[in-house]
Amino acid sequence: MAAGVALNMGGFEKLWSPAAPANKYDLVAVMGGNPDAMFDLGIQELGGMGAFVQKGQKVLIKPNIGWDVIPELGATTNPLLVKRIIEHCMKAGAKEVYVFDHTCDNWVNCYRNSGIEKAAKSAGAKVVPAGSESYYQDITIPGGVNLQKAKVHQLLLETDVFINVPILKDHESTRMTCCLKNSMGLVWDRGYWHSNNLNQCIADYALYEKKPALNVIDCYNVMVKHGPQGISKEDIVLMKSLMLTTDWVAGDAAAAKMLGIAVEKIEYIPIAHKMGLGNMNLESLNIKKIKM
Amino acid sequence: MSSSLLRRIRIIFSTLVFIFFVLVFIDFKSIIPSNYTNALMFLQFIPSVMKFFDLKTLAAGGFLVIVLLTLISGRTYCSFLCPLGIGMDLNSRIGGRIKKKFRRYGYKKPFTILRYTLLAVTLIVTMIWGIYMITLLDPYSIFARFMTYFLKPVVIVINNYAAGILGKFDIFTLSNIPVKGFPLIVYSIPAAFFLLIGALSLTKGRLYCNMICPVGTFLGLISKISLFRIKFNETACTRCGRCAVRCKSSCIDFLKPDVDITRCVSCFNCIHTCQDKAISYGIVKIKRKDHKTDESKRRIIAGSVLLLLGLSRVASGQDKTAPKPKKESTVKENKTCPVCPPGGGGIADFNEDCIACSLCINACPNGVLQPAYMQYGIAGIMQPVMDYHKSFCMFNCTKCTEICPTNALHPLVLEAKKLTQIGKSKFIKDNCIVKTEKTACGACAEACPTKACHMIAYEGNLVIPEVTEDICIGCGHCEFACPASPYKAIFVDGNSVHVAAKKPENVKSDIKTPVEFPF
Repeated sequence: MAAGVALNMGGFEKLWSPAAPANKYDLVAVMGGNPDAMFDLGIQELGGMGAFVQKGQKVLIKPNIGWDVIPELGATTNPLLVKRIIEHCMKAGAKEVYVFDHTCDNWVNCYRNSGIEKAAKSAGAKVVPAGSESYYQDITIPGGVNLQKAKVHQLLLETDVFINVPILKDHESTRMTCCLKNSMGLVWDRGYWHSNNLNQCIADYALYEKKPALNVIDCYNVMVKHGPQGISKEDIVLMKSLMLTTDWVAGDAAAAKMLGIAVEKIEYIPIAHKMGLGNMNLESLNIKKIKM
Repeated sequence: MSSSLLRRIRIIFSTLVFIFFVLVFIDFKSIIPSNYTNALMFLQFIPSVMKFFDLKTLAAGGFLVIVLLTLISGRTYCSFLCPLGIGMDLNSRIGGRIKKKFRRYGYKKPFTILRYTLLAVTLIVTMIWGIYMITLLDPYSIFARFMTYFLKPVVIVINNYAAGILGKFDIFTLSNIPVKGFPLIVYSIPAAFFLLIGALSLTKGRLYCNMICPVGTFLGLISKISLFRIKFNETACTRCGRCAVRCKSSCIDFLKPDVDITRCVSCFNCIHTCQDKAISYGIVKIKRKDHKTDESKRRIIAGSVLLLLGLSRVASGQDKTAPKPKKESTVKENKTCPVCPPGGGGIADFNEDCIACSLCINACPNGVLQPAYMQYGIAGIMQPVMDYHKSFCMFNCTKCTEICPTNALHPLVLEAKKLTQIGKSKFIKDNCIVKTEKTACGACAEACPTKACHMIAYEGNLVIPEVTEDICIGCGHCEFACPASPYKAIFVDGNSVHVAAKKPENVKSDIKTPVEFPF
């Protein structure tokens, strides 16, 4: 199990209800239901949202809202899933839940047309703009090979819990986008990553201290080609799956399998694995699979 | 009608028109629907003339309504509908507050030669060379540019300040908008006009309208035969001169007493100010004057109307070519042609119809439309040009084509816009990060909405961009996203004439819906 999560849970065991099971899985994979129902089952296996969100904490949920595309075309995280995660956070006593993404297309349209803005607001979250440099603050990433400095959204710094909610997609340049690559929507200057060894920068960013407490991977409508934007519904395969993990490298490794790509081909995964940022060897992980 | 009522109606009506105009231009959240904007633009004289000649349909005949209105009521357009004129009235009021003297006008002689020369020059230049003079002198465009270049930035700065404060309280209804300035040179023309019109209207009322504005001069000619006009009850009039002092057009000669109808903008201030109730607004029999003058002026009217009618014919017969490539360019991105906005049809076509009012520049949600300085040559100064270093054209947006008041950008339905090729991407392999750094990038292919730009196998595990030109629509997202510097590795070269792009083909993937997890 990732050290970060162990730490995360260290302080408040006493607060847990006795019924909550210990977090014994590295990865929970659910198949066959609607995104919200699959999340209900999956989070239960990880001890409920209470294992990640304490009463009174501020939570950041970071879906992929990168493109101005309707939800059915699988370019952005499923709004139903985002909504359900927020509801669980609220139930766990979160003081505030924030949602944003540094989008590639015009952010106003992305937020609206992805359905995420409406879904998140209806569940009580605050949907926050991220389209201007003024929202970003400088951070340093000690130990980064190519990426030692970045500008991250201030809410990443101000919140207590960060939940990463990527959607699994094919990606033209890195072959796949999922957990690790979703962090490009937390930072301002992505151009720097692209011109300074993109794969190394993606792995380097994962060194940054503010790591996701949980990764929820939307594999419901999966874009298997022409990613990350897609051009039509022919790019989509209905996989009706969802994965939850505290280890984003493991999450990416499992996601690669879903797309049928060898993990080594997605360069940032082995780099991150070697840097000790997670475990890409799925055989050595404790995985719970559920079919609905 | 009671004397002060007319003036009050004028003030209320024009204030509403003015407020709505200002709102249209400072609407940074795109709240006002396009059809509201279109309704407002319908009755703007020059935009309507341009649109009418482009579309040749009465649906764009707002200017005919204005001509009719002028025939009936004189230059009411100038007081009720012209946003620049209304703005000037506002400024005159401010002037009066600063110094009472500024608002005491008195009769002045008209600048007859100057104003008719300017009208004639405008018409002749428009017919022979292009719309430079209209671009410069159309009162609506002048007002619009004041809004875009001077007021909107102020509004955005205020918004950003407010957004910053609200953000501290966890309220995100306002968001910070990155401020992107325009090239300095495009500010020069609006700034010159701002100073000129500002100073004139502050101290001399409507002098600009009666000296320079070609629309004012043209409507003034028509109003010579208008039905309703200011009239004097000569027996009641005590020749006190109050009306002349109040007349912001300086067109009342109270000793006669007479009104120069070509300069009167029907503001009704004189009626309001007359203590003898000697001034009213009603039907006046036109006094037959000296036959000779009448004839020559009629010829001017007839001539102007004919010139106007001939405008489109002459304009479309012109053989304009797109700007030539700069041979000794220091820029490696060899742009042979600027990219003109979708709906423009082509550069020559667009340059002829656009009056550079900046409404589209203002409305573009992505800020990709920028005022041109020399991209189109001198012909297109301040006209919108796609600037892909600043931003890119949104795939799902047709805003600029919806609101163009002159039809320089024709309306495009979204499906048509998605297949309108305004330029083509050109890939410069030697600039590409994948080749120079031997690392992955693909920012361009990621951004491409049609996958005209896509990645193909390169050395080892690397992939490198390739462009299928016939499905590229020239949106510029690739160019915008490309991190190569100072020269981009991919850029859009404009199409001098817009063409239809091929629809990208797509086939179902071999990957099937899984029944088991593959791990």
